[in-house]
Amino acid sequence: MKKTIITVVGKDTVGIIAKVCTYLAENQVNILDISQTIVQGYFNMMMIVDANQSEKKFADISEDLEKLGENIGVQIKVQSEDIFNAMHRI
Amino acid sequence: MINIFEVNETNNMVEHENLDVRTITMGISLLDCIDSDLDRLNENIYRKITTKAKDLVKVGNEISKEIGIPIVHKRISVTPIGLIGAAACKKPEDFVTIAKTLDRAAKEVGVNFLGGFSALVSKGMTPAEELLIRSIPQALAETDVVCSSINVGSTKTGLNMDAVKLLGEKILETAELTKEQDGLGCAKLVVFCNAPDDNPFMAGAFHGVTEADAIINVGVSGPGVVKNALSKVRGENFEVLCETIKKTAFKITRVGQLVAQEASKRLGVPFGIIDLSLAPTPAVGDSVADILEEIGLERAGAPGTTAALALLNDQVKKGGVMASSYVGGLSGAFIPVSEDQGMIDAVKEGALCLEKLEAMTCVCSVGLDMIAIPGDTKATTISGIIADESAIGMINQKTTAVRVIPVIGKTVGDVVEFGGLLGYAPIMPVNQFSCDAFVNRGGRIPAPIHSFKN
Repeated sequence: MKKTIITVVGKDTVGIIAKVCTYLAENQVNILDISQTIVQGYFNMMMIVDANQSEKKFADISEDLEKLGENIGVQIKVQSEDIFNAMHRI
Repeated sequence: MINIFEVNETNNMVEHENLDVRTITMGISLLDCIDSDLDRLNENIYRKITTKAKDLVKVGNEISKEIGIPIVHKRISVTPIGLIGAAACKKPEDFVTIAKTLDRAAKEVGVNFLGGFSALVSKGMTPAEELLIRSIPQALAETDVVCSSINVGSTKTGLNMDAVKLLGEKILETAELTKEQDGLGCAKLVVFCNAPDDNPFMAGAFHGVTEADAIINVGVSGPGVVKNALSKVRGENFEVLCETIKKTAFKITRVGQLVAQEASKRLGVPFGIIDLSLAPTPAVGDSVADILEEIGLERAGAPGTTAALALLNDQVKKGGVMASSYVGGLSGAFIPVSEDQGMIDAVKEGALCLEKLEAMTCVCSVGLDMIAIPGDTKATTISGIIADESAIGMINQKTTAVRVIPVIGKTVGDVVEFGGLLGYAPIMPVNQFSCDAFVNRGGRIPAPIHSFKN
């Protein structure tokens, strides 16, 4: 099962996680893990999700979340876990 | 499981340090296109390229989107046209028609460069190969994305000085025919010694005859990432310095390996090699010269530059080799002047001259790259520069190359603007003493001895 990594970076505000999670729930994307920190005053969240049950294609989810991010003033990136495994695991 | 710090590190490299995969290059063999009828040959070439590479750009963009790393170029290399056109081409203009076909096919599939308008003449030229070389000025002036490379020597065969002489003349002619664009044609022409068959980088890419029908080669990049990693170990000793470069090169190369594997799977074309090169761009922070400065030089070109570049090149290879299952191509640091802001600054301030660049090419990949020289430079002088650079490659069993751009109507002190990734360059002075009698001798320089190494 291929996992997807969602990162959210931006100015902290009320409801960022709620909005992202609502979108994921509506699109049958299962959240496996969430971690969050504040780096230099910036909200910084990473989610590991399973998007295999979703009817939407990767590119669509990626585009939707990018737009959602723009609406709430944060940057949302959706990436395959492959890139991180390749770079950080031997 | 992947943690947030690792994710942030990768994304920072992309957003702040210009990490990218420089190119996915599809090598396509044109050997099965050969025909003695020129029209049929052109048709075969067009059909083969547009069939094999039809999804290349789309797949490249898809992969880029999924992993979140830019893949800057999608390109094609083909079998040297000097071989493919041999049966059909009777005059230089015939080769120009092939160049135009390549240009049309490349534009149809959406790639931004196609390499392989090439001839491998390290020992001798066939009549067709000589015709191809003679067609280069017109071919490069009348096409947009076709790149040409000529291999004039190798460690095994020595140097073909007849070809070196001819190319000095053709480089000047190419500059003349493209003088409205400051000699841009010459930026698409590389003269090699020991040219590799699987190089994915332009302008020197071609698909060697030792290769399969089609193959995916990937060139990685990331000078900005290396520079940033080194800025965190300022003042540390060479051991720490080298370890840092190796680890960074490993990570960069793994990105290339992943992209190559994915592209190969999705296109149904076998994976060839990863080219471990630090390829700069004119973007600020994407510079090999900046790395040299970070290692401890005031400017690239200062004493110590050759040693710094040697260690950089070696550590990049040591780190990269383990990250990829197949390494090939040029694999080393590139030092193109016009494409590297740090190099441009070094030239402007007088820290870096042609002779120092020549010394630097002894220890890194490729050679005198993207160097603008005065337009009144003699053809024999250009041949002399090619001969010197080729001799370095021949004796040291490495690839070397020359891509100089004589800029007609301009001289030392002027600046030429090539635009985009090709950048801009101050015109560099060339030694004014003549080598006419040397270049005009004709014939070839014998292969060097392979023992008694000193």
